[in-house]
Amino acid sequence: MDARAAAGGQGLGGVTEHTMTLELRNVTKRVGSEMHVAGISLTLAPGTLNVLLGPTLSGKTTLLRLMAGLDAPTEGQVLVGGRDVTGTPVRRRSVAMVYQQFINYPNLTVYENIASPLRVAHIARAEIDRRVRETAGLMRLTALLDRYPLELSGGQQQRTALARAIVKRAELLLLDEPLANLDYKLREELREELPKLFAEIGAIAVYATAEPSDALLLGGRTATLSSGRVTQFGPTLEVYRRPVDRATAEVFSDPPMNFVAARIVGGKAHLPGGVVLPARGPLAGLADGDISLGFRANHLYLRQPSHDAVAVTATVAVVEITGSESYVHTIREGDRWVALAHGIHELNPGAPVEVYLDPYRMFVFGRDDRLVAAPNFAEAA
Amino acid sequence: MTRIDLVDLAHSYNPQTQSAGEYALKKTSLTFAAGGAYALLGPSGCGKTTLLNLMSGLLTPTEGAILFDGVDVTLRTTEQRNIAQVFQFPVVYDTMSVYDNLAFPLRNRGLRGAAVDLRVREIAAMLDLTPTLARKAKGLTADSKQKISLGRGLVRADVSAMLFDEPLTVIDPHLKWQLRSQLKQLHAQVATTMIYVTHDQTEALTFAEKVIVMYDGAVVQIGTPEELFEHPNHTFVGYFIGSPGMNVLPATINGKTAVVGGHTISLPRFYGKPLASTRTELGIRPEFIRISENGKGLPVRIKRVDDVGRYKLARVALGPLALNVMVGEDARLPADSAGIVFEPGRLHVYVDGHLVEGSA
Repeated sequence: MDARAAAGGQGLGGVTEHTMTLELRNVTKRVGSEMHVAGISLTLAPGTLNVLLGPTLSGKTTLLRLMAGLDAPTEGQVLVGGRDVTGTPVRRRSVAMVYQQFINYPNLTVYENIASPLRVAHIARAEIDRRVRETAGLMRLTALLDRYPLELSGGQQQRTALARAIVKRAELLLLDEPLANLDYKLREELREELPKLFAEIGAIAVYATAEPSDALLLGGRTATLSSGRVTQFGPTLEVYRRPVDRATAEVFSDPPMNFVAARIVGGKAHLPGGVVLPARGPLAGLADGDISLGFRANHLYLRQPSHDAVAVTATVAVVEITGSESYVHTIREGDRWVALAHGIHELNPGAPVEVYLDPYRMFVFGRDDRLVAAPNFAEAA
Repeated sequence: MTRIDLVDLAHSYNPQTQSAGEYALKKTSLTFAAGGAYALLGPSGCGKTTLLNLMSGLLTPTEGAILFDGVDVTLRTTEQRNIAQVFQFPVVYDTMSVYDNLAFPLRNRGLRGAAVDLRVREIAAMLDLTPTLARKAKGLTADSKQKISLGRGLVRADVSAMLFDEPLTVIDPHLKWQLRSQLKQLHAQVATTMIYVTHDQTEALTFAEKVIVMYDGAVVQIGTPEELFEHPNHTFVGYFIGSPGMNVLPATINGKTAVVGGHTISLPRFYGKPLASTRTELGIRPEFIRISENGKGLPVRIKRVDDVGRYKLARVALGPLALNVMVGEDARLPADSAGIVFEPGRLHVYVDGHLVEGSA
């Protein structure tokens, strides 16, 4: 079950020093009349891990293909190391790509699968052998080098595909939801390993995913995508804790962020159904007017978390249970809220349930959906 | 509503099977109560899909029998067993409208007119497909197509059982929440026996009343979500349920004490002295370990802290042993060393992988 210790501490001796920066300048891609990505500007530094986080059809794959040079943008430029490569095809760029469906040659052994990009590049036999074994060690595939892909588990097949991408030592390593088809236990393991791996190979890694938990476990920097636009780009935890707008907060919450409309009158937040939240934490000092409050599922409580928290009665829609936690879906005044509670809570659909809103845990969004105030984590503690 | 019994059921894909290790499904006897909601949960290769295919009639077992309400159906086809199935990837007729796709299984059974229309509209409403009913299935997103597949599986109310094989794999995470809830609500309404195969613990534990955890061709535990979490019968269940799974630590057990990572701790119950030839381990979940404020407890080194937003995961070392400890999102942790305390009553003892209850 756990062989991950074997991967630790092995350096990639003789790795090429990567110093190239990848820059997208105002890149737009239209197909016919359909806008796939619009006006995207991003600068990715060498040796960084970058997550593209967004739901299906938000533009992640389009963006990866533009970065790779598989497609050309309709407008804008792609620069590598300051040089414009917008029209340069993928085979003349230093790029490796890993897809959701792990692609290996079924008739080649793991060894030959990993070696294949080097053979194509006419690298000397001894050098190929050295690099294949080094990469296999890093990906914990050494014992499997003589096997064929169909004799491997899904996780081993995907590690083979990853090894083939890494062995090329490309400047740019693009991964399109590479863990989406794996058991969650394997994902857990690979999500822990990948950041170390990316750090060792030193390339610019770009990792596209629809899952907020992927981004949080990988760390690095995250760009949130919504309807073909990058809404925010920054250190992953900073984007998670201070989303600049409602769209970013939505993309970066799973289960979806809970929202409620509120009116600030005399400093206090008035919610539908006569509920009033005190002006504490992010709610302090707000001007009178209409706002919306957003709060994540783990901040909607079944037990009173602090004496400033306010109880409201909602109706249970359904309860979902993970290994150790319960997601209680509720409906109140037309809003659907999800509460994430520790432990197993079996509640009957249709039953009333007391849930607690904590003013310290609220994101405040203005009428233009921009962030006005966010929870202060030190203060909430 | 059909009760399903598996009697000494076993399957090997090799007709000349010699050894037990060749069985994709080792000898298994189980009962699925009529109208129950079950999940078969386990990693790829554990035998769960083999078991499902035996129940649906896609495979004929090497040994044993399958009974539906006491009647032996082992040699009957899927159609004769009257089973509805939903697969991992969408099965839809592209050239038909969404409406006709949903109506197909009903018309195929000779239903016409209002009986079809009522049921199709009911299922469409439940799956949010109503606005697309008149459209051709071709050109719809993978999500929508899989919803049609689900709808086709659910549309017939007279089936003996509904079998789902990882039906939400291609669905976007944001939509998964919605569909999981809808499936659960649906089961409450129709009370058909439902069996749901998945490698995803959340899908399994959310959907099912009873979860059947499989590992290496065998059932290792059948239980409610709470039982699986709080009382894993096997170290594999402890590892597989929960994210991250239970910490499993090699330990020497003697009566009411255990030596773990060079430190002696006391146990809440008496465990005798397991044979030296056995593998003895302690299991404790990351949720049930506290980092003590005053440094008391077992001394550990903090190797790394992963901040995953709503909680932090401390990766610590107790002597040569690695452990995961879950702490709150606002917790401040000491820089390099700390004391940890195991929550009493949450510590389990395993001998050769199996839970030992001990005595008071």
